[in-house]
Amino acid sequence: MPKREAAAIAVAALLLVVVLPICNALPTSSPLHLSDFRLNLFGKFLAYAILALGLDLLWGYAGVLSLGHGVFFGLGAYAMGMHLMLEIGSKSVYQSALPDFMVWNQIKELPLFWKPFYSGAFTLAAVVLVPALFALAFGFLAFRSRIRGVYFSIITQALALSAWLVFNRNEMRLGGTNGLADFKTIFGFPLNQPSTQRGLYAVTAATLVVAYLLCRRITGSRAGKVLVAIRDSETRVLFSGYSPARYKLFVFVVSAVLAGVAGALYAPQVGIITPAKIGVLPSIEMVVWVAAGGRGTLVGAVAGAVGVNWMQSWLTTSYPDVWLLFLGGLFMGVVLFFPDGVVGAVARAAARVWSLTGRAPSTATPTASARSRA
Amino acid sequence: MKRLLLLLLLVAWLAGPPASHAQSPEALKALADLAVDDGDKREAAVNALGGTRDPKWLDFLAALRDGNVYARTQGKTADVVIGGAKSTKGEAELVEIASAYDRKPLGTVAASSLTEIAADRRLRIAIKPFLDADETRVQLASPDAETRRGAAMKLGHQADAAAAAVVEAAIARERVEHVRHALREALALIRLAHGEPAVRILAVQSLGDLHSFDAMPALQKLVADAGASPAERDAATQAIRQIERWSLLVRTVETVFQGASLASILLLMALGLAIVFGLMGVINMAHGELMALGAYSTFVVQNVFRARWPQWFDAYFVVALPVSFVVAALVGVVLERGVIRRLYGRPLETLLLTWGASLIIQQGLRLWFGAANVDVSSPSWLSGGFALMTGLTLPFNRLFIIALASVSVAGMYWLLFRTDRGLTIRAVTQNRGMSSCLGVRAGVVDAVTFGLGAGLAGLAGAALTQIGNVGPSLGQNYIVDSFMVVVTGGVGKLAGTILAAAGIGGLNKGIEPALGAVFAKVAILVAVMIFLQRRPAGLFATRGRSAEA
Repeated sequence: MPKREAAAIAVAALLLVVVLPICNALPTSSPLHLSDFRLNLFGKFLAYAILALGLDLLWGYAGVLSLGHGVFFGLGAYAMGMHLMLEIGSKSVYQSALPDFMVWNQIKELPLFWKPFYSGAFTLAAVVLVPALFALAFGFLAFRSRIRGVYFSIITQALALSAWLVFNRNEMRLGGTNGLADFKTIFGFPLNQPSTQRGLYAVTAATLVVAYLLCRRITGSRAGKVLVAIRDSETRVLFSGYSPARYKLFVFVVSAVLAGVAGALYAPQVGIITPAKIGVLPSIEMVVWVAAGGRGTLVGAVAGAVGVNWMQSWLTTSYPDVWLLFLGGLFMGVVLFFPDGVVGAVARAAARVWSLTGRAPSTATPTASARSRA
Repeated sequence: MKRLLLLLLLVAWLAGPPASHAQSPEALKALADLAVDDGDKREAAVNALGGTRDPKWLDFLAALRDGNVYARTQGKTADVVIGGAKSTKGEAELVEIASAYDRKPLGTVAASSLTEIAADRRLRIAIKPFLDADETRVQLASPDAETRRGAAMKLGHQADAAAAAVVEAAIARERVEHVRHALREALALIRLAHGEPAVRILAVQSLGDLHSFDAMPALQKLVADAGASPAERDAATQAIRQIERWSLLVRTVETVFQGASLASILLLMALGLAIVFGLMGVINMAHGELMALGAYSTFVVQNVFRARWPQWFDAYFVVALPVSFVVAALVGVVLERGVIRRLYGRPLETLLLTWGASLIIQQGLRLWFGAANVDVSSPSWLSGGFALMTGLTLPFNRLFIIALASVSVAGMYWLLFRTDRGLTIRAVTQNRGMSSCLGVRAGVVDAVTFGLGAGLAGLAGAALTQIGNVGPSLGQNYIVDSFMVVVTGGVGKLAGTILAAAGIGGLNKGIEPALGAVFAKVAILVAVMIFLQRRPAGLFATRGRSAEA
């Protein structure tokens, strides 16, 4: 990693992980104060950014477009949510040791698969392992039979639809349409305290930094080069003696884990997880974050996730009718006019300015090759 | 002798009750009891009056239920009258009254001289069955066969002993076979409930022969009844077995039909998708919204007919079909020429692009027509159904969709294999570069084919208005399934799409009874995944030398 990039990452990390929480902790009168609401909102965006990193690794680098990442996000979020539900204990509305929705549904005993989630350590393991194993099984079947391109996207979309339908069912003992909500504490810390939310935010930001470094490491490695090669011509990679299926499976699992972790960080900050976060529309929205930010650049994925969601939270409160039109326009506009997203457009503009001033561009973006197939 | 008596009674009932009923001491006593402040007596009075089954007394009961019956005291005698129109004259409120039985006008009196006989809840409950029974009898004489059949089923359900004679008379004059069937079933049910053992055995046998599902609870009760004779129980067991065998057959046929119906919906949708996918490698995510456009076109055409030519309303659907096709096809061509063609050769980007278009169309529909579902009514020739066998009616709208899908497929075959345009479409599908070299204008072929696919989506949307809700998200309900059909069917051959639609539709409806709709969908996904293990490029992959799929 070049020194300048390392320094940039360090500064960004410091800003996100340390400075923003401190701003939040400042008294309200201070001009640098950041309200609890905004910090919480930003924490949610950063959780999305973790997911976007994984999706970018999969789509931007390996050229595999998954329209079902909401499922992995949901698996992580539900795993965390189940633990939080159990942590409520008998402080719930019905004062039963069972989660409230089970009382409504007249479930007398805690289902067996809920029991391990009493343990915090198990939950943290499940957040990583459940999406990983599921992605491993699904990806194995898909990549082994060389389902690729549009076929893979369609299959993952069907996965998102099926998962959404299944999570909506009350028989799944996962709260049905209402999902899991009303969390009180996380590992003993009360969720309604600003300090807990601040801590959650800091953990999310730190996780994002770690995730970024992990992805950076993967893309910089030999394996990363193979991934890009698969994107540009899978058949050539196959004929060169590599096994594209294994690389794709690896990156699919990594991105599913990142999605699961993002979900686990999302649930306590937002306070609710429902099947609505799993379905077809949320899954494809995740893709547009990456597309708008700039696929094939990790910074782009982060910027896209934060930027698009910022727009969404602004538009859905101010002009609710416009949001879907805007989203549709964003899909079309980005694909037609900014195939490498905002980051790509900025990089190209910068390169042009530099070439005009006679200085050499700093680093070539990998997005250049993203367009080579076209 | 008994028969004759029954017949006489029947004739008497049909000819209208003798006038003596009105004057009969029981009726008069009952009338007097109504005015008494004793719940039991009042209820008994209602039962006595209702028991006469005299239409005029039933009218009286209806008036009582509606609160129009008053007690009037004239000197020492009290009588009961029916109140009519009210008017005011100065301070006094006046009521027109009429006699209780034959509604002879009795002039106008001051409201203060009358006491309302209030029908409390208990009384209304007592009145209801009499009025219902009367209504059923009227329905039994209705000119509409479906009304008669409904009345027959209701009578069978109530199994009122007194209705047996009425039902027998109705059977004698009934000409429509399935109404007769329902009447015979009702008669057998009544006899099963009230007859002597010998009659009951006959009734049980006839219920078995009639494959009466409604009789199952009564038959099961009879089997379990220790008081019944062995012969009766044997007959009932036999009948139950007969009915169960029949119901198995009906269920099988029904599942096959539902499978065929779902398959033809999927086929209508997937046909357009598959052709475009085969030709351009583009999955059109906006296909569902093109369907919604077709559905809304149908809605608009319907409204125009309703406003302008109400007398031709039934014909609106015939007009709506081509209109939906054209509207969706035009939007499709605009989409293709406007944006999709710029992304040729980048299927994933096209996928996102068309998804964006779908969001815009969907939101546009929502803003224009509102987020709520709109009401599209079926033309009369598509409502109702074809009674295939006892217990199974095939709805006309589903049959129509099966027919429409068949016609569309036939039309597509004709177009692709019998016309010059079809030849160019097939040529470009197989080898775009070579076709262009030979002078085929691939761009025009793309636009025409995309328009055609979009038009088929519009047609599917128009058809869907007849079986489901029409809302902005109409397309979303089936679209993922139709993508699965395209993926499973593979590209390049129509037969693949047809087989895949039949397979997925049939499998879905076959699994649904066992697993429920949701897990049937999951099972389909798993099945498709497993299937793609064996044939990654779908059912009929085009074989070529190109290594790049």
